[in-house]
Amino acid sequence: MAQLKGWKEIPIGGMILEAGSAMEYRTGGWRAFRPVFGEAACIHCMQCWLFCPDSSILVNGENEKMAGFNLDYCKGCGICASVCPVNAKVIREAGEALKRDDPRLCIRMVEEGKFKE
Amino acid sequence: MSRFEALTGDNAFAMAMRQVNPDVVAAYPITPQTETVEFFAEYVADGLVDTEFICVESEHSAMSACVGASAAGARVMTATSANGLALMWEIVYIAASLRCPIVMSVVNRALSGPINIHCDHSDVMGMRDSGWIILFSENGQEAYDNAFQAVRIGEHPDVLLPVAVCQDGFITSHAMERVEVYDDADVKAFIGTYRPQWSLLDLEHPKTYGPLDFYDYYYEHKRQQVEAMEHAQRVILEVAEEFNRKFHRNYGLFEPYRLEDAEVAVVVANSTAGTAKVVVDALRAEGLKVGLLKPRVFRPFPARELADALGHLKAVAVMDRSISFGAMDNAGPLFLELAAALALHGVQVPIADYVFGLGGRDIRPGEIERVYREALQMAETGQVARRVTYLSVRE
Repeated sequence: MAQLKGWKEIPIGGMILEAGSAMEYRTGGWRAFRPVFGEAACIHCMQCWLFCPDSSILVNGENEKMAGFNLDYCKGCGICASVCPVNAKVIREAGEALKRDDPRLCIRMVEEGKFKE
Repeated sequence: MSRFEALTGDNAFAMAMRQVNPDVVAAYPITPQTETVEFFAEYVADGLVDTEFICVESEHSAMSACVGASAAGARVMTATSANGLALMWEIVYIAASLRCPIVMSVVNRALSGPINIHCDHSDVMGMRDSGWIILFSENGQEAYDNAFQAVRIGEHPDVLLPVAVCQDGFITSHAMERVEVYDDADVKAFIGTYRPQWSLLDLEHPKTYGPLDFYDYYYEHKRQQVEAMEHAQRVILEVAEEFNRKFHRNYGLFEPYRLEDAEVAVVVANSTAGTAKVVVDALRAEGLKVGLLKPRVFRPFPARELADALGHLKAVAVMDRSISFGAMDNAGPLFLELAAALALHGVQVPIADYVFGLGGRDIRPGEIERVYREALQMAETGQVARRVTYLSVRE
């Protein structure tokens, strides 16, 4: 952890005087579930990009396609998986209850402890 | 040129608000502060001020709007009383913690229940740990004068804290008295232009107000508030001196009245101090060496200065217009803090508390005279017969 500053060295009232300083706070450490991208199923609708509260959906700048997750900031909330229309289709067509880490899903949520590359 | 007008305390504070011409006022009417908001709304409607006047749906919203406006860099004023102040509670602390120099008139009224609209100090005494600077006013003139000084004190770069200016509900707020109203231009020159250091509207320098603040930094920010309070006492005196030079009225941390050669004194704030002065004069005419100390600055509490001012006495009687229920001897907050201040600064003097006037119960010269006579007895015997007296309560 960075050296903590004393009360004389910091802005008063808890003010943060630099814009964009949230970049310095890597919230990925909060994550209990990791989103895993099933690229083959993805239709690149960008619903996950639209809904991600942490701007952690990576987009390929050249072809503007969904390219995975920025795990430095992803808190593992799973909103991407729940808004994913491909996931909805897979679940409906399966006709059975799927686990959230089912490999058929476009975005699946895997317990951090069980994740393997 | 200044002029004299017949104004109620509420009107006097509204007049001060007109002359300050704040950028934003967000307020909700509550008895006995209502007149202040009504008069100010008239000034807005008549185009006498440039203020953005926000009619909110509650006091919680009033103080929230004040904090937002202050963070945006506005000069902000508001007014409330009792239950309205209680409804603001959460944001009262936040205003101080986010270092918003908001100026608020607190027209003192009993905090329920049972419901009561008349004067006592239970409302403001609840906010004594909130981080606000708290000033008392004996009459409309003092409320008016304190309003301008409050603007300067709160906005001082070494302070940056909100300031509450108290006056007694109905007794001061609704009684018409002679008030010297200063020239608008003189007031404008005295208060100057507010140049906020950290305005949210300064788009060249984006910033965040009020982020989450945990165990790693919250404590440091509280320590900064202590520093601001420590600076406040010096700034209050500097501003008072400048005010005196310009408007020829002398304010300090407290007002001593015939105290220098007194043997006993009463300590009482707000309007009752005015009544007590009459009693002091009457008892002095009998040759009794009595005096008065009227606190003006309650936060920051000037412990050392009070001890110095009272150190020569043979007895002190504090008069509290509220009770700190369950505190030592069920005394009032002014007594508790003053007794501690005297003890810690080595002043050994018999001291007793007289709770009075709760819920607007009248306090008459005869009752204050009784307090003085008992204090004289304390001085003679060196004994405190009763630590706390609930003055004029029916058995």
